Amino acid sequence: MKFLCVECDRQMQFEERRLPGDGTLAAAFRCPTCGRVVALLTNPMETQLVASLGVKIGGTTIDPQPMEIVRGMVVTGKEDAFDEERERGAGSGPAWSMEAQERLARVPGFVRGMVKRIYRDYAKDRGIAEITPAVMDRARSELGLEDM
Amino acid sequence: MPLNIRTYHELTEADRSGLVDQIVAQRRRVADRLAAVRRVVAVLSGKGGVGKSFVTAGLARALARSGQATGVLDADFNGPTIPALLTLPVARCRLHDDGIEPAVSSEGVRCFSMALLLEDGRPLAFRGPETEGHVWRETLEAAALREFLADVAWGALDQLLVDLPPGVQRFQELTELLAAPPAVLAVTIPTPESRDAVRRALRGAVEREATLLGVVENMVGGPFTGSAADELAAEFGIPVLASIPFHPSDDVWENVVSKLL
Repeated sequence: MKFLCVECDRQMQFEERRLPGDGTLAAAFRCPTCGRVVALLTNPMETQLVASLGVKIGGTTIDPQPMEIVRGMVVTGKEDAFDEERERGAGSGPAWSMEAQERLARVPGFVRGMVKRIYRDYAKDRGIAEITPAVMDRARSELGLEDM
Repeated sequence: MPLNIRTYHELTEADRSGLVDQIVAQRRRVADRLAAVRRVVAVLSGKGGVGKSFVTAGLARALARSGQATGVLDADFNGPTIPALLTLPVARCRLHDDGIEPAVSSEGVRCFSMALLLEDGRPLAFRGPETEGHVWRETLEAAALREFLADVAWGALDQLLVDLPPGVQRFQELTELLAAPPAVLAVTIPTPESRDAVRRALRGAVEREATLLGVVENMVGGPFTGSAADELAAEFGIPVLASIPFHPSDDVWENVVSKLL
């Protein structure tokens, strides 16, 4: 998928992605010559189709996670399918506030280990000592994570 | 005055999305993981209920007993039975830096299956819009196949058997993910109906330039009559690797192994 500014005959460049949380996606592209911005808006089915391919419009924001599509998309997975305690780097890194722990506990067990690691890596990369709900919200927004 | 609109391939500037690069990276992960796998064998039929998984499991156990490092990828996501057929121990999946550890049978067969992940008795269901699910469900299953190949720490294997569901769709997805087409082992029962379904699958495999290893006829000597395996063998110029009775002994599988290696 590419966007062409027909007037300038220039390929438009990805600018910003937003996930409003209703299954839709908005991605903005800007013409490098005239500065005009257009937005691609996908409906939930189109968003899902792109996600099913394992690609992200605007580029990847996190390192590939083992079985990230299966873990992120399957809703009938066992709560204890994965041995979380043995997750990579478990036990190291930033602290979790009580509120953040409670929020994490509401994530289905099937995907919780992966979600936890994504937040932990986000905080570590930015030198954040404690993960709070505000940090989680910021990570969700910056990394373009939905339903985490 | 018509607009001058260049085509997709004429636009070659770098793009932050890098969608093509993301796909290439996915394929590279599969190739890297399978670099230590000597042979991928697709066990297919095109027909349901002929015993593909039963044959896969029996063969895998015999391969392991013969000293071959053997893995089984259960690609039947909606009816996974390989863990039960291999009597795998019930355990949680362990993650390492290198990926997810496969379950290992008492004979040493390494296995990964959707059955290890799903709640007992529940079907495979995906998050997403409730309508038009057919549009993206097959894409998600293809992605699951890619992740089973790339993210399971298979290690060095002599043989990775891929137990395919009925039909030819998953075989095509598998072929697209691999650097070279997999070898193919066909399973049939004696009946003409099975023969016809397996013929379609084998023709699909030939069109994809897969090497055909042979055909295994299952459930021989029971209520099913016909000579499907002989007819398919003659048509495709492949051997009949085994005729498996309803209650086979272990030496049946050992004989197939000797013909495969």
